[in-house]
Amino acid sequence: MTHEELVKRITEEVVRQLLEKKGGQDSQLSAKHPPLPVENPAALEQMKRRTPARIGVGRAGPRLRTETLLKLRADHAQARDSVFRDVNEGLIKGLGLFTVKTLCQDRNEHLTRPDLGRRFSEETAREIKAKCTLNPQVQIYLSDGLSSQAIDANAADILPALTDGLQDLGIGVGTPFFVQYGRVGAMDAISELLNAEVTCVLIGERPGLATANSMSAYIAYRAKVGMPESNRTVVSNIHSGGIPAAEAGAHIAGLIKTILERKVSGVDLGA
Amino acid sequence: MNLSTTLLGRTYQFDSVKQVMAKANEQKSGDVLAGLAAENDTERIAAKQVLANLLMRDLRNAPAVDYELDDVTRMDQDGVDEAVFATIANMTVGEFREYLLDHRTTEEDIKRIRRAMTAEQVAGVAKLMSNMDLIYAATKMRVQSTCNTTLGLPGTFSARLQPNHPTDDVEGITASLFEGLSYGVGDCLIGLNPVNDSAASCAEVLKRFDEVKNRWKIPTQQCVLAHITTQMQAIRNGAPADMIFQSIAGSQKGNEAFGFTTETVKEAIALLREKGTSKGENVMYFETGQGSELSSNAHYGADQVTMEARCYAYAKQFKPFIVNTVVGFIGPEYLYDSKQVTRAGLEDHFMAKLTGIPMGCDCCYTNHMMADQNDIENLTMLLGAAGCNYVIGVPASDDVMLNYQSNAYHDIATVRETLGLRPIRAFEEWLEKMGIMENGKLTSYAGDATIFAGKAGL
Repeated sequence: MTHEELVKRITEEVVRQLLEKKGGQDSQLSAKHPPLPVENPAALEQMKRRTPARIGVGRAGPRLRTETLLKLRADHAQARDSVFRDVNEGLIKGLGLFTVKTLCQDRNEHLTRPDLGRRFSEETAREIKAKCTLNPQVQIYLSDGLSSQAIDANAADILPALTDGLQDLGIGVGTPFFVQYGRVGAMDAISELLNAEVTCVLIGERPGLATANSMSAYIAYRAKVGMPESNRTVVSNIHSGGIPAAEAGAHIAGLIKTILERKVSGVDLGA
Repeated sequence: MNLSTTLLGRTYQFDSVKQVMAKANEQKSGDVLAGLAAENDTERIAAKQVLANLLMRDLRNAPAVDYELDDVTRMDQDGVDEAVFATIANMTVGEFREYLLDHRTTEEDIKRIRRAMTAEQVAGVAKLMSNMDLIYAATKMRVQSTCNTTLGLPGTFSARLQPNHPTDDVEGITASLFEGLSYGVGDCLIGLNPVNDSAASCAEVLKRFDEVKNRWKIPTQQCVLAHITTQMQAIRNGAPADMIFQSIAGSQKGNEAFGFTTETVKEAIALLREKGTSKGENVMYFETGQGSELSSNAHYGADQVTMEARCYAYAKQFKPFIVNTVVGFIGPEYLYDSKQVTRAGLEDHFMAKLTGIPMGCDCCYTNHMMADQNDIENLTMLLGAAGCNYVIGVPASDDVMLNYQSNAYHDIATVRETLGLRPIRAFEEWLEKMGIMENGKLTSYAGDATIFAGKAGL
């Protein structure tokens, strides 16, 4: 065999092997949802049923697969949108609510100045007092907090459920309204302005990747500016995948009844 | 002591060392929120200029919280080796920066110098360093610690496996645990953040971790990050814990807001010596993060970098096995965007290493701050280069319990392969035995959690 022939044979063999390898990869790529190369697929399915964590996702070298990466980015985009956009105005109007702002001028200030998100200007304070029933037994209001989407998703169900629930229990409810750029602590200022016995804010929670709709209710008896955080009773995880809004409304009404009877809220209320 | 300087034709006069320290910080939204930040960039640089010309003893003599008021200050000041301190006391902070960066300054020199450090000196020099300074200087500052295994040797890059679950379901936690192990994650710790802060729930998870660890003979350690008193109760009831965790702050008041005192930590260590399942001398795990003191109004008018350095001075007293900053968890009111989080991560790692504690980082972000996965991947790679002891790994970066994003299990392997780093040797040998790793790289079996499930008969 000449030198040239040898080179030719080696080249042909290498090309043949490469093509074979490529063929293998192609057949894997062509499958729309290639099975993960796991030893025990049944065990993986069982594991995935026990946790919402993103397990069994496979890898590309040491990196995430394209589908996993894009799903993460999409979920993050959705979570961010729910933080940075405003609540649907039509929804607020449809619920018959008026809107006030805290001292924050815009979304960015709302995120970076929690101190301003707990306070109101004198003008806004006058407006709240003028438009609301004073000395209510229970003052309920909505606030965007860290997820406008949580308000859009839950407000129309939870507000009537809570209001009706309280009225059925013979408890007087003040005038509900909406606070833009609000932090939880704004409820203390509102409680003092209106002299409410119990104040309850329904507020959007910081979104996770899978839970941009999550709302919480913070409830306090005779809330005062500067009171300990531990005076608040919290019902969290209000969304379709957690406690559904209508169910949460009824639950909170019962909780408020207990708070009014015992005249305490937060840790002092006990479990 | 000169607290004034002229910059670009303008004279700046500062009131105190504390004010110079605050205004010399790179911009952080938390310092703005506290009303402590420089008004603008030129004032910031003027403050850095003043700081660079202060003496190391000026910083030692200006603790952020008074000695009489605060046990963090007392322990830090009382722990200084006065003979070593005398060798640096009259260096300017600017000179000390250059000393740390100097080729002639060795790891042994830094080991000696650490005995002269207080938190304010550590924070002061960090404020004069650029990001690359912080990385380069840290590469000379390795800190090892031993629980069941030894962490922090040069050439290693470890990870805490964080298999969190929204309802603490033990099988669900185990599924995430197996997934993480299959990616070579967990040489630092298998550690869960529980939803339910009860001793019974804490014990149940610890028992499962212990079973998995023993069944597969994994050279690592385990912890459930409940409140310190909850973990102690679980251990008294017989739960198998290798270490005890607690979040800490840079002032006594901040620690009291976290619901513990120095006595509590001492009791925890004594309890572990008696009933813990680990063999080594380092048995505490602490977490920190810039801004936590301000959030509990326990910052005493000091900036968040200085208060963070004080966390490390406090941690050092207890010879911890691991400490990490949860750098991007606190939110945009303290660290606004990726620039601020990246800076904080590098500062925290450098300051902790100069203090002499085994430092890791939870490279993370929440969905209401101006950062995304790309930013946090950058920080992780930078910290890998800086010699950071460990980072956190969660399934595909999404923590389904804490609702924030950290590093994916995948990221740990990627940093190791990219920078030529390895898990700790004992863990790598275990991974090789399991067929998950070969020559420092993941094998084709990696990422298949069922290699554990199948053999375990689940």
